[in-house]
Amino acid sequence: MRTMSEKVEKQNIQTQLERLNLNADQLIEMYATMCSIRRFEQMADRLYASGKVHGTMHLSAGQEAVAVGAARAMRPNDYLLNHHRGHGHFIAKGADVKRMMAEFLGKDTGYCRGRGGSMHIADVESNNLGANGIVGGGISLAVGVGLAVQMQRKPEIVLSIFGDGAVNEGIFHESLNMAALWDLPVLFLCENNQYAMSMPITRATAKLPIAEKAGAYGMPGYHVDGNDVLQVYEVISQAAEHVRQGDGPVLVEAVTYRYFGHSKSDRNLYRSEDEIDEWKKNDPIIRFRQNLIEGQILDVQQAEKIDLEAQELIDEAVAYAEASPEPEIDTLTEYVYA
Amino acid sequence: MPEMTYAEAIRAALREEMARDERVFLFGEDIGRYGGAFGVTFGLLDEFGPERVRETPISEAAIVGAATGAALAGMRPVAEMMFMDFILLGMEQLVNQAAKARFMFGGKATVPMVIRMPGGSGSGAAAQHSQSLESLLIHIPGIKVVNPSTPYDVKGLLISAIRDPNPVCFVEHKLLYKTKGQVPEEEYTIPIGLADVKRDGFDITVVAGNVMVPRVLKVAKKLAQEGIEVEVVDPRTLRPLDVETIASSVRKTGRLLVVHEACQTGGWAGEVMASIASTPAFDYLDAPMRRLAGADVPIPYNRNLERAAVPQEEDIEREIRAIIANEY
Repeated sequence: MRTMSEKVEKQNIQTQLERLNLNADQLIEMYATMCSIRRFEQMADRLYASGKVHGTMHLSAGQEAVAVGAARAMRPNDYLLNHHRGHGHFIAKGADVKRMMAEFLGKDTGYCRGRGGSMHIADVESNNLGANGIVGGGISLAVGVGLAVQMQRKPEIVLSIFGDGAVNEGIFHESLNMAALWDLPVLFLCENNQYAMSMPITRATAKLPIAEKAGAYGMPGYHVDGNDVLQVYEVISQAAEHVRQGDGPVLVEAVTYRYFGHSKSDRNLYRSEDEIDEWKKNDPIIRFRQNLIEGQILDVQQAEKIDLEAQELIDEAVAYAEASPEPEIDTLTEYVYA
Repeated sequence: MPEMTYAEAIRAALREEMARDERVFLFGEDIGRYGGAFGVTFGLLDEFGPERVRETPISEAAIVGAATGAALAGMRPVAEMMFMDFILLGMEQLVNQAAKARFMFGGKATVPMVIRMPGGSGSGAAAQHSQSLESLLIHIPGIKVVNPSTPYDVKGLLISAIRDPNPVCFVEHKLLYKTKGQVPEEEYTIPIGLADVKRDGFDITVVAGNVMVPRVLKVAKKLAQEGIEVEVVDPRTLRPLDVETIASSVRKTGRLLVVHEACQTGGWAGEVMASIASTPAFDYLDAPMRRLAGADVPIPYNRNLERAAVPQEEDIEREIRAIIANEY
């Protein structure tokens, strides 16, 4: 298992740019995408509070660095299969927030024509094979996609994102074993936000860190600070390179934290406000923004403008979704069979 | 027409489809050198190599899940559960993932996958290797369930299942693997969802699936000597169910018996009877519809108990006579 040096972030951002082969525009785009995700999640919460959302949802505010760092380390055609807390991953992969918001409101213009909702958003055409309502549910599917890609001799790889709760499901172990046996092009990314619903990871998982489980399957394991977008980017880039070269799967554990509760039934009885506040001091967006400002890539006004633009994008998405039609009732039985 | 066994007919279908379409591959435990627990895939490893006759660890959940993922990404996996009972380990992947992916994603995904699974009792394999779980599977929208009874049907239906864009549970029966029948040399398919009248008659309709078909046919032959003409309808596919063919037979005979090996409670006989009860064919019934199903017990090991747990020829004969005599 490899842990990234904590010194990395303290490096001058210009040095990091050079090392990561990124330019200033790319960093600004990453920051903007993180802002969009945060604004999307805050809007989702507001829409729920105002009674406009039919079902539940799982918000990822606080975890934006994982979504964006990982997505930018992948190629546009790479496959994505993720978990129920997946809005951020989709936005980072380039999904249209209008169609996401429409799906969220159950509208016919949504990615799944209102059939899936927050928990099952997918965009098959862009190799985004969907979020999953079953903990660990997407992991074995990702192995199968990896098998298909390998048999088809295609250049794509598969990003399988799941939470810390999923590593205690049997399917995690069956899947990692199978992927490692056949050197499948799958990058397993455990987004460890430290709680599986209300269960803290220390009470649920006998042996930590999760990244060490990679050793059981003979694959490399990485443990990264999931609130540092450039660190996530760097590690996922290395891991993706390994996977893309045909050297087999990799397991990456990114440690992060969610601010909102597990879902809308959560009253946050299992963790303290102090703990949440402590993590907010380590906020991935604030940290990155600070670095960009200190590195003179952005000034304060520019950073704020980007955030305002993100908010406008989300407002437009809500307007689009609200104006969109509901699915017709007589289409109920469509799409059960091909 | 050449004669071949049910197992050989399955192998022939697999071989033809693998030769025709490079997206088709086999996926399961011990399906290579060993040839599968029942020898069905024997020899295919040498013909198609280890990439397309892909042997897996004992990981049924991941087998079903990975087959689903491969299908989503453009392949046509034919997975094998060594015993039908083992699909229970993959039910999350089958029911929550494979069956629903297309619907949840608004019609944009397809899951062209087949899961072959030998079910049924009669081999002394006891409670965890002898179940007939097809009734459990037909309850799930999004999957198709096929259970063929003859070498001809099994080949034609397996080819259709492989070409179908949906997840298909292909239920075979252990006791049928060695049964023989005529199978054409030229390519043919049998549409999924089409029943077959295995024997014409006018006194009673008996609907039966897989291993019960030869049993019912044997009884029908015996009763014909007494002038009782049994019409035997094999649905061949349980979901979708060809209600029309069954209903048209019932309109002709006025009597209905449904025979299956699966346990009675919640069994597919109830679905057949409910379908008839809610169609105009109901008006043609001269006697109450009856079902003869497996007892509501796990399959026992002891030979005599095992035999008693599922319908045998004498049970079928007794039931037909009772319906015709209006004595039940």
